[in-house]
Formats: sequence, C-alpha cells, structure tokens
Amino acid sequence: MTTRKHNIQPSSRRDFIKLIGGLTLGFCLPGSRDATAAGATIADANAGVSAAFEPNAFVRIGADSKVTVIAKHLEMGQGVYTGLATLVAEELDADWDQVSVEGAPADAKHYNNLLWGPFQGTGGSTAIANSFDQLRNAGAIARAMLVSAAAGQWGVPAKDVSVSRGRLIHAATKRNASFGEFVVHAAELPIPTDISLKQAKDFIYIGKHVPRKDGKAKATGKAIFTQDIRLPGMLTGVVAHPPRFGSTVKGFDADAALQIPGVVDVVSIGNAVAVLGNDFWSAKKGRDALIIKWNDSNAFKLDSSEIMAQYNILARGPGAIARAEGDADTALRSAKKVIQAAFEFPYLAHAAMEPMNCVVRLGKGECEVWNGEQFQSGDQMALGQVLGISPEKIKLNMLFAGGSFGRRANPASDYILECARIAKAINGRAPVKLVWTREDDMRAGYYRPMFYHTIKAGLDAKGNLIAWKHRLVGQSIGTGTAMEAMMVKDGIDHTSVEGASNLPYQISNLTVDLHSPVIGVPVQWWRSVGSTHTAFSTETFIDELAVAAGKDAVAFRLALLTKHPRHVEVLKLAAAKAGWGKRLAPGAKGEKRGRGIAVHESFNSFVAQVVEVTVKADKSYKVDRVVCAVDCGIAVNPDIVRAQMEGGIGFAMSAAKYGAITLNDGVVDQSNFHDYRIVNISEMPKVEVHIVPSAKAPTGVGEPGVPPFAPALANAIAAATGKRLRKLPLVLV
Amino acid sequence: MVQISVNGKMIALDVAPDTPLLWCLRDHVGLTGSKYGCGIGLCGACSVLMDGVSVRSCSIPVSAVGRAKITTVEGLDDKVAKSLQAAWQKLDVSQCGYCQSGQLVSATALLRKKRNPSDADIDAALSGNLCRCATYVRIRAAVKEAAKALL
Ligand code: FES
Ligand code: FES
Repeated sequence: MTTRKHNIQPSSRRDFIKLIGGLTLGFCLPGSRDATAAGATIADANAGVSAAFEPNAFVRIGADSKVTVIAKHLEMGQGVYTGLATLVAEELDADWDQVSVEGAPADAKHYNNLLWGPFQGTGGSTAIANSFDQLRNAGAIARAMLVSAAAGQWGVPAKDVSVSRGRLIHAATKRNASFGEFVVHAAELPIPTDISLKQAKDFIYIGKHVPRKDGKAKATGKAIFTQDIRLPGMLTGVVAHPPRFGSTVKGFDADAALQIPGVVDVVSIGNAVAVLGNDFWSAKKGRDALIIKWNDSNAFKLDSSEIMAQYNILARGPGAIARAEGDADTALRSAKKVIQAAFEFPYLAHAAMEPMNCVVRLGKGECEVWNGEQFQSGDQMALGQVLGISPEKIKLNMLFAGGSFGRRANPASDYILECARIAKAINGRAPVKLVWTREDDMRAGYYRPMFYHTIKAGLDAKGNLIAWKHRLVGQSIGTGTAMEAMMVKDGIDHTSVEGASNLPYQISNLTVDLHSPVIGVPVQWWRSVGSTHTAFSTETFIDELAVAAGKDAVAFRLALLTKHPRHVEVLKLAAAKAGWGKRLAPGAKGEKRGRGIAVHESFNSFVAQVVEVTVKADKSYKVDRVVCAVDCGIAVNPDIVRAQMEGGIGFAMSAAKYGAITLNDGVVDQSNFHDYRIVNISEMPKVEVHIVPSAKAPTGVGEPGVPPFAPALANAIAAATGKRLRKLPLVLV
Repeated sequence: MVQISVNGKMIALDVAPDTPLLWCLRDHVGLTGSKYGCGIGLCGACSVLMDGVSVRSCSIPVSAVGRAKITTVEGLDDKVAKSLQAAWQKLDVSQCGYCQSGQLVSATALLRKKRNPSDADIDAALSGNLCRCATYVRIRAAVKEAAKALL
C-alpha cells in the first residue's frame, strides 16, 4: 500500500509535541485495558499492580516497574512489536528486560498511522517510519515525568537525576530507585511540553542488537494467534464458497450436513453457506456434505490465458499517461538500436501460513472481534455497516498474525465480514470462529493482480540509452475501494505503476502508460505491491540493454543513476560484497553458473541484490547465494532488518520459481501447497545482508527486500544460459 | 471414547474416530501450539512427535494413534529441545512464528538422533516444514547452534 504520499507527519518536533500533548493522561487501573490473549502472552500486562503511570497512549508503567509498550501496529512477523518497544525503551532509558508489548485497541484518535491520516492500520512498510518520532517522544515524556517525580521526592534538581537501564539515579546523594517507586507521583504531574530527544551517538538500543520481544512465546508454542482463540460456547464456522467469483447461493440442501455429530447449524450468507459446529472437524465434514446450487449468472468465467490475451491486445494502444518526458517516439525513430520485450505476471496468492480466520462475538449494539487485525479503521467501518452498530462500539482485539503479506489488510474486509455475517445469521447466540481451510484461502481471491508489460527502448550509436517506452496492463487495486480517492489519480492507480513511473535511470525521452482493465477477479496488495512486477520488467530490461550496449550491467546502471545517490550506494555495495566482475567458480559437469544484479527502491528504502545461480543439465536451477545491500535510513533493529531481507528473498523466490494462480473457466486451479508451491529449506540460498550506515529517518523493511530478487535471478539465468526469461514464474524450457 | 497419551498424560476424548490428531489436540485437549497450515501433510505446521518421530498430526486420525506417545511443542522439555528453543531465541529465528512449533518439533527429532547434523541432514529432516516467512537461513543456523551447545 502506498498511501505514504498523504503524509501528515508533523514537520517539526514542536508540532509533534502538540500532537502527542493531546493524548490521554490518566491512571490505568489493573485490567482496565483488557490484555488480550496475544498481548497477554508477551505482555503479561499489569495484573495485580495497584497503580500505574500512563503518560500517553503508548506507555504504561506499573508499580512493579514493568513497562508496557502499547503497539499500534500488527505483529505479523516483521518484528514491529520489538521495533516499537525499542523506540520507547531508548528514550525512557528502560532496561530491555522490563519492557513488554501489548496490542493497541482500535482507536484511530490515538493509534492512527501518521502516514495514513486519520486511519489506523498497518502496511506499506510504514510502521517504524511513522512511529519513529511518535514513540521516542512517548518514551521521553514518560522519562521526564519520572525524573521530575523522583527529583521532587528527593528534593534535588531534576537536572541532576539521571536514568540508566531502568534506574533513577541521583549520583551526589547515591540515591538509586526503580521506576515503580515513582509512578504514583509521576502520574500527578503535568505532561511536559518541552522535551528533547537523544542524539544518535547516545543511542543504547537503536541500531544495536536487542532480542525480539515475541521470540520466547514463538519458540515455545505459547504465542496466541486467531486460530487459537476459544471462547466459552463458541461455534466454529467452516464455509462453502462458490466455485467462481461473483456466484451466489441459489439454494442448498443441508440434511446430510446436519446429520453429522457436532454440526449445530447451517446458514446461508448470500455468497457462501456456513456450517457451524462444536469443533473444526465436525464443521468441516458438514461443509463437505453440503449440496449447494450456485447462481452463476454474474460469475466470472474466463481462463487466465484469455485474460492475458486481452491484456496483450490492450497493450497495442496507448494508455493513461503515468509519466512522460521528452519525446520517446521520435527518439526511438532516431535510435541506432531498438529493443523491445513483453513480460507476463500471473495472479499470486498471499498464502500466509495461517489461513484467514476471525472470531466475532456479537452483542446488543456492540461487538467484539479477535483477529490478526491489520486495518482497524476500515474494518470497524465495514463491520459497523453490516451489523448496524456504530464503529466505535466495535472492539477489535489485535492478535499475532501468522503472516499476512498484505492479505489481512483487505480493503473489502472480506473474511471479517464473512464471520460477522455468520454471527448475525445466528443472531449472535454464540461467538463464531470462522476458519478457512488452506483450499478456501487459496481460492478466495484478492490476489496480486495479473500484469502484462511491454518495454521498448532505443540506444544511440555510442550505446547511450535515449528512449524508453513502458506500457503496463493490469487491474487497479484501489479502484472500487474506499481508498480509491487516495490511490487513484487521473486514471492512474499509483500502486499499478510504482517502481515504473519513478524509474531512476536518466533517460531524456521516456513514457510510462497504463491500462487498468476491470476484471471480476478480486485483487489486492501483495508484499511490495506494484514493485512485485515493475522491478522485474525494468531491471531485467535494463540488463538486456546493457548487454546490447556492450557494457557491464553495473557500470551501465551507474552511468544512468547520476541523480540517485542512494541507488548508487546500494548497487556498489552489493556488487563489491558479491565480488562482481570476478569469475564465478565453475559448476559441475553439465552445469552452468551465472550472476545477476538488480536494484530497486520501494517504500522509500533502497535495495540491491546479487544472485548467483546454477543451472543444471535438466534445466532446473538452484539459487546458491544472494548478496543484499539495503539503505533504510537508520536501522532501528539491524538484526530485524537482516531478517526481513532474508525472509523477503525467500518469499520472492517462491513467487519467482513457482508462484501462479491460474483460472480455468473462472475456477481457480490451485488449492494447496502441492500446486502453489513455496520454497523449502533445501532451496534456500546463503544470504548475506549489508546495511548502509545512515543518519536519515528510518523507512520500511517489510517489503523492500522482495522486488530485486526475481529480476536479479532472471539476470543470473540469462548470464548463465543466454536465455531471457520474461514470464513469471521463471521456468527454463 | 478414545484414549491417547499426550505429553505424558492419558487423555480420554469423545470425538469421531476419523478426527485428525491435530484437531483433537487443538479443539479438545486445548493444546494450540500445533498449528493448522494445510491439512494434508504438506506444510509441517502441525508436526508432533509420535514415539519420538516427527509426524503430521493433521493426517493421522485419532483412531490410528493407539498406544503411541504423542509429544507436542508444549511437551518438549528434554535437553535437546531446550537447547533448540534457546538457539531459536538467541538467533531470533521466528518471524510470524506460526510454523515454528512444527519446525522445533522436527528439529528436536533430528537432533535426538543426530547430534551433529550436516546441511544435508537438516534439509532431509526439515524440508517438510514450510515457512512462508522464509526463516530458513536462521533455522539452519539455530539447529547448528543448538547442536554445538549440546556437545
Ligand atoms: S497442517 Fe499438517 S502438514 Fe500442514
Ligand atoms: S515464521 Fe512465519 S511461517 Fe515460519
């Protein structure tokens, strides 16, 4: 998601204090903020603590000195609970071990994503970027108040009280106390408006290694996900979805389903039939026993190959202009060498390890939801409409998500509404847990859109790149959603062209245009969104041009990146660390080896990767090594940055090698991990991550590790075999 | 009624005999550490030890468990498992964490048999445990780290 353009981040620290100054001040009584199951496992809340100091919406300090950081962003693996806690602990000078994290409630007044205006949610690799000042300020305010309280009690000047690893210290009088001893007094003080933040040189946690806050719970099976919620009297719902997008229920026979022990009820919710059971297995058997007649009159019935053929035809004519500089057509006519290529990208499923699920308890005029909650404001609004409840009466418990990759921030709140509709269909008489099977999850749509690209470029007699015409065809993610006004401008959905319309290479004559066909297959952002396809077409084509110009792939790029120093730096770093230009060790007999590079900016972070590949005699290939350089500004947690690069590379590799959702007469062909494969441990290459030291404000790392991988791999395969693969997934024939 | 041994305790369950062990554990025993990922033996998120062997609990009907001793992630408490869990934390292996119970169960079975596993041993023992977050680099390193700590 790239709504980052709508930046209401305060421009100065003074504005910022104004913003945070409006936040709640109050005592937090034990249990007053419900420690949800997920929060509880890693937060153990403040049970039994008699008083707590809560200087703002992000920090609570108990009389037992436990510091609880309230995380406004979903922890879905990207390490954000740890990152947010790092920011608070840094300015609070807390001891890392005294800090725990709990998920924030839905409350956009306090917990909005500062890069998304008044909207609460997680995505677009914005979590640390939008929280960097906010949470450091939250920690600094808490620290200042504790210092004042201690100074007051000790009768010493506040400036002489220091804080170190969770201890308040007055050196001259050898006084030394815990936070807990002053929480009562601190809570009575006014919130300071004049605080200062640390200089980077004084950081004790930022940029250093701290262990993840969720590491223990996740290594012991104790972390609680939506899948693990069990409420008293709860029923499990398993649904029958229509075989095609757009079908509705014409009628159904539930007799056989109701015969199954453990099945309690069967309800139609319009576009699905739900079987409710006392446990998952009964409900699933009931679902499988349903006989349903579907109304297919509005169903989507094309094959994916037919969709691609239509895109191909569309690409022959000009689209809406996303960027135009100079005169590409004239320049192409004068070019010495013209090269063109077409690229095909399939639909992709997110396939998070935890299939989509949700728990809804529907009360009178209120409702409570347990979910890997990624899109609080949108989900509250959608639920409010469907249930006839005002949005603020809908309590959202944000649990850990077993991956998301964008899926849980669904612009239509699809699976959440499905669960709510089931709860409504039984008049809220029991809490409902909706559990999708893997097959349901794979076939429910909201895919990374299919795309077709063409690029035509011209080189002059000296091999200089003088013209570039890039055309993209693919569904808009934003159109038809509540985000349309924000995402789609002048017929251009920014998420369709990001990475292409901001091509960093200096080319005097350049056009990027876009067709956004309307197709009845639901689409959605998928880890790194537009850059999942734009990085591939641009970075493989630039490579092809380098070869055509008879130049080295790195040197060719560097010459065109004169205005983009951050691209240059990661490109050079990755190339140097990978030994670019040195001969690769040869493979075994019959094997060919190659090295490829790609650089791409996404979500304001810059990543370059060098991939080494071995192509075997049977045309299969193995990625041996990936060298990755990343510039994400200040790396708040360098180890998590590395982890996100490693994971992003593995995630990208699944898509590059295997990923494709295809349709046959509108029916999704794939169902589970045998026909929608993801890489396993034996396929994972060596990964080396190098972080560019930086004093710039931090930017995201959840997504930017993904885009450069596939083009670097395709370039490596081309280097090894001379074959240019332009259709994803990458298969040598 | 069917009786099974889970984490050293005999448990009586009133479920249909075809109910997969996974759903018995999750919905009836209340042990939710073993996860549902695919339901057909492809992902390993549901891995448990059955007499010490890592198996896919989603694909074993409870009626087929018999007298086998089942150990879930919650019941991993020997030296091998503890050193793996320590290595997992030391190297911050987990991302979303959803697959990690299964990874640890399979890694425990491996390390109990092979105290000094090679890369090929790790591949063979863990390639049935998928991780969508692709934490594989660290899983491999953590298995080796734990092996080293056990020497
Ligand atoms: S859930 Fe059992 S192998 Fe995937
Ligand atoms: S840590 Fe997320 S699936 Fe493995």
